[in-house]
Amino acid sequence: MSKLYTGAEIVFKCLEDQEVEYIFGYPGGAVLPIYDELKNHSSIKHILVRHEQGAGHAAEGYARSSGKPGVVLVTSGPGATNVVTALTDAYMDSVPLVCISGQVPTHLIGTDAFQECDTTGITRPCTKHNWLVKDIKDLSKVMHEAFKVATTGRPGPVLIDIPKDIQFAKTNYAKFKREKKLNGKIHNKFSENEINQLIDLISKAKKPVVYTGGGVINSGPQASETLKEFVRLIGFPITSTLQGLGAFPGDDNQFIGMLGMHGTYEANNAMHDCDLLINIGARFDDRITGKIDEFSPKSKKVHIDIDPSSINKIIKVDLAIVGDVNEVIKSAIKKINKKQNGLKDSNKQRISKWWEQIQKWRTKDSLGFINSDKEIKPQHAVKRLYELTKNQDTFITTEVGQHQMWAAQHYKFNKPNRWMTSGGLGTMGYGLPAAVGVQIAHPDKLVIDIAGEASVLMTMQEMSTAVQYNLPIKIFILNNQYMGMVRQWQELLHEKNYSESYSEALPDFVKLAEAYGCKGIKADNPLNLDDKIQEMIDYEGPVIFDCHVDPNENCFPMIPSGKPHNQMILGPNDKEENKITGKGKSLV
Amino acid sequence: MPSPKSAYSIPTKKGKLDTHIFVVWVDNEAGVLARVVGLFSGRGYNIESLAVAEVDATKNISRITIVTTGTPQVIDQIKLQLKKLVPVHKVADFKREDKKVIFKEMALLKIVAQKKKIEKCLKECKRFNPVILDKTSKSVVVQITALRREIDKMSKKLKPFGLTSTSRTGAIAMTRGAETFK
Repeated sequence: MSKLYTGAEIVFKCLEDQEVEYIFGYPGGAVLPIYDELKNHSSIKHILVRHEQGAGHAAEGYARSSGKPGVVLVTSGPGATNVVTALTDAYMDSVPLVCISGQVPTHLIGTDAFQECDTTGITRPCTKHNWLVKDIKDLSKVMHEAFKVATTGRPGPVLIDIPKDIQFAKTNYAKFKREKKLNGKIHNKFSENEINQLIDLISKAKKPVVYTGGGVINSGPQASETLKEFVRLIGFPITSTLQGLGAFPGDDNQFIGMLGMHGTYEANNAMHDCDLLINIGARFDDRITGKIDEFSPKSKKVHIDIDPSSINKIIKVDLAIVGDVNEVIKSAIKKINKKQNGLKDSNKQRISKWWEQIQKWRTKDSLGFINSDKEIKPQHAVKRLYELTKNQDTFITTEVGQHQMWAAQHYKFNKPNRWMTSGGLGTMGYGLPAAVGVQIAHPDKLVIDIAGEASVLMTMQEMSTAVQYNLPIKIFILNNQYMGMVRQWQELLHEKNYSESYSEALPDFVKLAEAYGCKGIKADNPLNLDDKIQEMIDYEGPVIFDCHVDPNENCFPMIPSGKPHNQMILGPNDKEENKITGKGKSLV
Repeated sequence: MPSPKSAYSIPTKKGKLDTHIFVVWVDNEAGVLARVVGLFSGRGYNIESLAVAEVDATKNISRITIVTTGTPQVIDQIKLQLKKLVPVHKVADFKREDKKVIFKEMALLKIVAQKKKIEKCLKECKRFNPVILDKTSKSVVVQITALRREIDKMSKKLKPFGLTSTSRTGAIAMTRGAETFK
């Protein structure tokens, strides 16, 4: 008879077979058998967080920067409910997470036992799928299935709820065989005809634009290479969503900046005026489209996405290609090269006028701001941070708010998986734990969380995790003492009634850093900002950088709600535009 | 138009609403109905009626029939979202006007009245395959099968004749002819 294993042993056997190196977790009564087993599996390292939400975001940071699924281990009841925010965040941004939660023993389920909650019920709408394992014989099958569901198709979080008695129960374990066959939920069967139609549209377009999203990143680093080749081949301007940044080099001339609510003037105008829009791995989010009725009114629209339910969800498209981004563009490149037909040259001629127009829009310098030598402008701080870190492979995470948008606007990403931000759910407190996860995946790289002082306080406890594991993460706080984006909206939408958006009693971040056992640096003078940033980069350990910035700065450009792309509010630099938007502002 | 004092867009005009019948084949496992129904409520889709039961005990397959209304875009979304659920095997979707598909609902009607009135009720029911399941001198329980709107009409009509309670299933559907849905 083959050897019998306990449920806890099977959990680790599965994790080993899935080549998991790190789990982010927090122990508790209902997962103790699994924690007890941890010591017998040296290939798996457990990272002890300070709050389960932190475990979830750290696993997200790990997953997004490494391309591997993040694994989370939490206990029942509060352990599971605390991780819900991170699961929802991962669901919105398509991040592969496998969350294992403990549950009260099966005979107590439904009795309101201590630390019991309906975990699968609570997480059903925020996971791709979840399982409650009520029979030890199902455990290994469920575990492997969970990894498959999380990582295939459009990635996302899954949860496995394991009652404590199942963790103790014994059964045998069949060796895991990695399946080559794709499961029925993956869609990668685009046709040759669709590729031909795409090329036909490309060859006819006079004002085209490529709009890429997180799908390119999720398709793997190879997809970014393929995208580069594709975009250079066809010579089209390319814009990116927040999540897609880094898939195409940010300092390339063909890149016209991020689009959407805080996107560049040239990107949004190109979206509005184009005659061909190629969406690659993005989902027409409402921060991107603005007013739906007037979204890109003159264009033929192509949508390439692995998730069939993303097609025609918000914007009707003329050509939908359901498939893996990398595969689709690869076959498009192949076809173009095969056909030749002088497409390469004639096409560039046809769109030269379009490029001239884009150059004109570019001269607006919509990301410009009025710098100061008395106060640090937040945009200036991000720009200096970029200049001082661009020569090394730097990973950036962010919290949510103005600083996030400034980071997206002013930090240029040249490689995929270097930019981790909470886009869909907009989770304040995401960046610090995410930085922990990124640093775990890339121990020798520079990892910076561009943060706001309000956001970062939501998950500040994870500094303790960073110190415990010697993770030299840098928390670069743009401190304006306000929930900046809330304040900006209140200024523009609610007659400057700054209701509850000012933080009266902020901690001394330098002392706070010291209390956690890391380094604190404070900067409030633009003249020595560079030196201080350099000091932060050079320090071999975690740093909290408290950068005091102008509290009244707003994030521009901005598309006011209910407006199409070509009616943006520009910054104070653009006085002429300001006159027009004077009226526009009251309409926001 | 109210001033859009928000960072979200204003709702755009709604298209024409169609009624569709979805037939969903799912693994008969714990929570599967909650997944399907939760998808509808979570995304704001509407359920007019719902019928579900296991149809294949060896393969553990249940068949869920859902009647819903929505714009063509919403109907499309419902179908695609349903297909994404892990325990869902296949999804069929029919327009209510589709001639190739049979839709039926069953209702149990209890009528408490004088003999004469009961007779009248049974006569009214005649068109809808009535089966008398229980009969006393003062009451009758009758089973009818019909379309939703026909049952609606019947219950209205029979009220004055002593219809005291109605119990009805959701619609179930089957294609006509030899073809089956793959």
